[in-house]
Amino acid sequence: MNRFEYERAGTVAAAVASGRSDGAAFLAGGTNLLDLMKGNLVRPARLVDISRLPGLDRIEFLPDGGVRVGALVRNSALAHDVKFATNFPAVAEALLSGASAQLRNAATVAGNVMQRTRCPYFYDAASACNKRDPGAGCDARGGHSRLQAVLGWSAHCIATHPSDFCVALVAFDAVVEIEGPAGRREVALEAFYLLPGDTPERETVLAPGELIVAIRLPAQAAAFAGHARYLKIRDRTSYAFAVVSAAAGLRIAAGRIAAARLAFGGVAAKPWRAREAEAALLNREPGRASFAEAAALALRDARPSGENGFKIELARRLAVRAFERAAAGGSPLLAPLPASVVNLA
Amino acid sequence: MNTMNAAHLRHGSNIGQKLTRREGMLKVTGAAHYAADHHPPGMLYAVLAVSAVARGRVTALDVAAAKAHAGVVAVMTPENVPQLALHPDEKSNPFAFRLDVLQDSRVRYANQPIAVVIGESLEAATEGALLLAPAYEREDVSVTFESAERFVPAAVGVGSPPREGHGDVEAGLRDAARRVDVTYETPAHYHNAIEPHAVVAQWHGDQLELDMPCQGMAIAQGRLAELFGIAPQNILIRSPYLGGGFGGKGLVAGPLVLGILAAKLVGKPVKLVMRREQLYGPVGHRGMTRQRLRLGADAAGGLTAIDHHVLTASSRFDDFFEPSGGVTHTLYAAPALQTRYEAVRVDTGTPLFVRAPGEASGSVALEGAIDELAEACGMDPLAFRLKNYAEVEPLSGKPFTSKALRECYAQGAARFGWENRKLAPRSMTDSAGLLTGWGVGTATFPAHMFMAAARAEIRADGSGLVEIGAHDMGQGAWTALAQIAADGLSLEMERLEFRMGRSDLPDAGIAGGSAHTATAGSAIHGATGAAIAALAEIAMRDETSPLFGAGNAGVVARGGHLFRRDDESRGESYAAILTRAGRDSVEGRGEGAASQAVMEQYAAHAHGAVFAEVKVDPELGQIRVTRLVGAFAAGRVINPLMVESQYLGGMIWGVSLALLEEAIMDARTGRPMNGNLADYHVPVNADIPSVEAILVHEHDPLINVLGIKGVGEIGITGTAGAIVNAIWHATGVRVRAMPVTLDKVLGHL
Repeated sequence: MNRFEYERAGTVAAAVASGRSDGAAFLAGGTNLLDLMKGNLVRPARLVDISRLPGLDRIEFLPDGGVRVGALVRNSALAHDVKFATNFPAVAEALLSGASAQLRNAATVAGNVMQRTRCPYFYDAASACNKRDPGAGCDARGGHSRLQAVLGWSAHCIATHPSDFCVALVAFDAVVEIEGPAGRREVALEAFYLLPGDTPERETVLAPGELIVAIRLPAQAAAFAGHARYLKIRDRTSYAFAVVSAAAGLRIAAGRIAAARLAFGGVAAKPWRAREAEAALLNREPGRASFAEAAALALRDARPSGENGFKIELARRLAVRAFERAAAGGSPLLAPLPASVVNLA
Repeated sequence: MNTMNAAHLRHGSNIGQKLTRREGMLKVTGAAHYAADHHPPGMLYAVLAVSAVARGRVTALDVAAAKAHAGVVAVMTPENVPQLALHPDEKSNPFAFRLDVLQDSRVRYANQPIAVVIGESLEAATEGALLLAPAYEREDVSVTFESAERFVPAAVGVGSPPREGHGDVEAGLRDAARRVDVTYETPAHYHNAIEPHAVVAQWHGDQLELDMPCQGMAIAQGRLAELFGIAPQNILIRSPYLGGGFGGKGLVAGPLVLGILAAKLVGKPVKLVMRREQLYGPVGHRGMTRQRLRLGADAAGGLTAIDHHVLTASSRFDDFFEPSGGVTHTLYAAPALQTRYEAVRVDTGTPLFVRAPGEASGSVALEGAIDELAEACGMDPLAFRLKNYAEVEPLSGKPFTSKALRECYAQGAARFGWENRKLAPRSMTDSAGLLTGWGVGTATFPAHMFMAAARAEIRADGSGLVEIGAHDMGQGAWTALAQIAADGLSLEMERLEFRMGRSDLPDAGIAGGSAHTATAGSAIHGATGAAIAALAEIAMRDETSPLFGAGNAGVVARGGHLFRRDDESRGESYAAILTRAGRDSVEGRGEGAASQAVMEQYAAHAHGAVFAEVKVDPELGQIRVTRLVGAFAAGRVINPLMVESQYLGGMIWGVSLALLEEAIMDARTGRPMNGNLADYHVPVNADIPSVEAILVHEHDPLINVLGIKGVGEIGITGTAGAIVNAIWHATGVRVRAMPVTLDKVLGHL
């Protein structure tokens, strides 16, 4: 059999120490890692099970209005926390639009951050993939490319990041807290992910042994609560990765936009923050014209990586829709089919 | 003697009742054992190694590395695979498909088995299979219509001619006032049963014992017997439950033969369960099609001609051509019609029957084209279909055994609210601003009958036994066939022992072609009737029986008793008759088969009408089916719950065909790129907000003694067409390439 060591870490320090060893991987919910192992796509020499680490399963609302979410909080637990969903509705909506109910019950929030791309060529051991085997080439280029990247891709990799949750996190300036051999550090989630360039095998800034222990959303993120949405276009209504998704937030004061947030999912190797578009909305009246201008700016640098040019126009239109929905303000209840454009239920 | 009324006149106490699944509790508690749940003592695990390339040759396998791995017992390759009695490329009959069972190093499609590793554990065998690290000599592959040469196949489907028709189609088109000339495409589909193909094989000398999901145990016995050179009766197959078949478990697939060979090689019981991704290759699929339809209509909207040209694909090494043209033979009255086929050969596994083979892919194309012609004529699509209603089967000119399609249209339309439909496309918008469209499609599926036998027994304690080697794929055979059996013996269900799902019971034929209930049910009806007749014979000859001498007046069976028909105060129980006669039991045997006389004179089909509502986001192009109403007429309904479930399941598969389902092959390598249930999309619950099936009454005194047509496949027909037509009605955009994903409409909105 495929032999690997399994160890259950008792403390964060012990996990970090074990995680430094060659070929070690942290195991939490296992919803992605175990699939990859079954497909022989990754072969960790050691699994460091962090799922029982004490103290990492708490949601702490901070005195300043922000929130600190322990790494091991389950996706479903966070999404269904009433205070969290009230203060950060777009993040909750993003969580509930991901995967299936069963997977959300098993998957942890930090595991969501750490999930790998769903590029079919990455998942096909017989195909060349620079992520799995640096220098091997990228069979996705020139292949089945409908869902591949339109922003930030390179000749070496056109894969997208599959998360919904992380798109909303990036839009609202989330920070990840990391424990590592050199101590604790914090990194903005937007900067946590790396674009492929010529090293697509390097996906995050994490060094060996470094472990995400918490995700923080700042107080200012909650200031968007009245005008924040996550919308996800998918081929089927649940259990499907985004064709394109968008997290949008507005702060509106005296009829004008005081702050805007926009990030896309399904378009790049990382959740794609559109800062130029956000800036263009400042002091504008919320409305279709201003949203359309911003959306056009957001996709200005997009180009197809294959037969996926439609995603650029789709992302542009979705950004407008997400801002329109955000401007309209949310209901206190999440939609029956979170993040769906059409709620048929 | 007149002991039984004709079944279609009889109101049994069980037939027609909404009995829930008799095996339901076993299934939900895990007590129902599927093939892969078996674990005989000493069993080893076999794991397939499959080809990464779609065409070429295996040039090296590191067998030594695999064998050296702890827990690996043996590696089976072309070098050491046990000899078969019949070469797996030999076609002994039209149903014998060529198998890849390690006969040589040749690779004919991606995921073809190239070795089997047998181990003491699943984990050891799995790792052993990886260690084989095959090397290949690769050849260029072709998996598209464009890259291969076209030819006219000798036959399509199961022996159907590649060209059929009547009348002068070109003249009909030339003289038409309105014409359409459109091309629809359907991609390859895989069965994707939840239960993968699996076998637990045990050899006892030349006796073979198998736990294996099977839609046709007797056919499998015959095939395995010829492959292994043993008598069919030496093979025992147990297949009480299937986790879905859909045509994929109708014939013995190569990987299952490999499991049996592995057991032979190691001399121990072996279990082989295919991995999900391995199912995309060696066990069949629905072949892709490109269908050109040329239709003409006169000024009044009457069809003048239909030309249905089907381009499809089979493997390079065997023949199965998706018979998409069949629906054109049966649905609409046209003075001239023809169906023609061309095909290419591609580097995939051989296509096979997939639920409604031909009808599903053909229906979406024909229903789309008919809708386009209705539009060209400026007619309501339902009115157009009624205008061209076929009173006799269009191809053959034969009358139908029964056809309640008008009632289906009427009841479906009423339930759906079709009369409120606006004629022009893009003229309906809902309160949320979504484009709303309504479409209709006609459903049709032939009412086949195969051959089946059954045995019935009435015992001295008054109970009954019915035995038949029937198959439950999830459709409810355990329940529906038992209802027929209980009524046949005039017993309460509790007094009936019903046995099925084993090959040592009377041959029930194949659970396919939507014919199982009709065929097996007719056999059961015959067997139970014969048992009652035998019992009545005993009673009527017994001077001490109140039934003595009832011969001319007749005897009627009810509730475990026989009564004189002319005086129902005179009767006695089964138990009393047998006990007094000193008999343990009486037996009856029966057979089910189509009546040749009826088949020669009549056309037999089930019909239906499906109405779909879709909503399309006018900017984002996202398409969702919001409402489906289907009305179906398929003769007698044995169990309304099971029948409704078949219709609903079929209609949901129609949603899948229209919007989601597509096997994606990399054209450069021939590798399936979505061979898993995350990426190969089928609908989830949230995709089906509202689906209803209406069971339309249809009395068919001709089709068989029970008046049953099939219901297993018809639901997928009509539905996809209704949906694509509704998408057009919502948007004004005709998308003719399935599945209709948002990118296909986005640029046209």
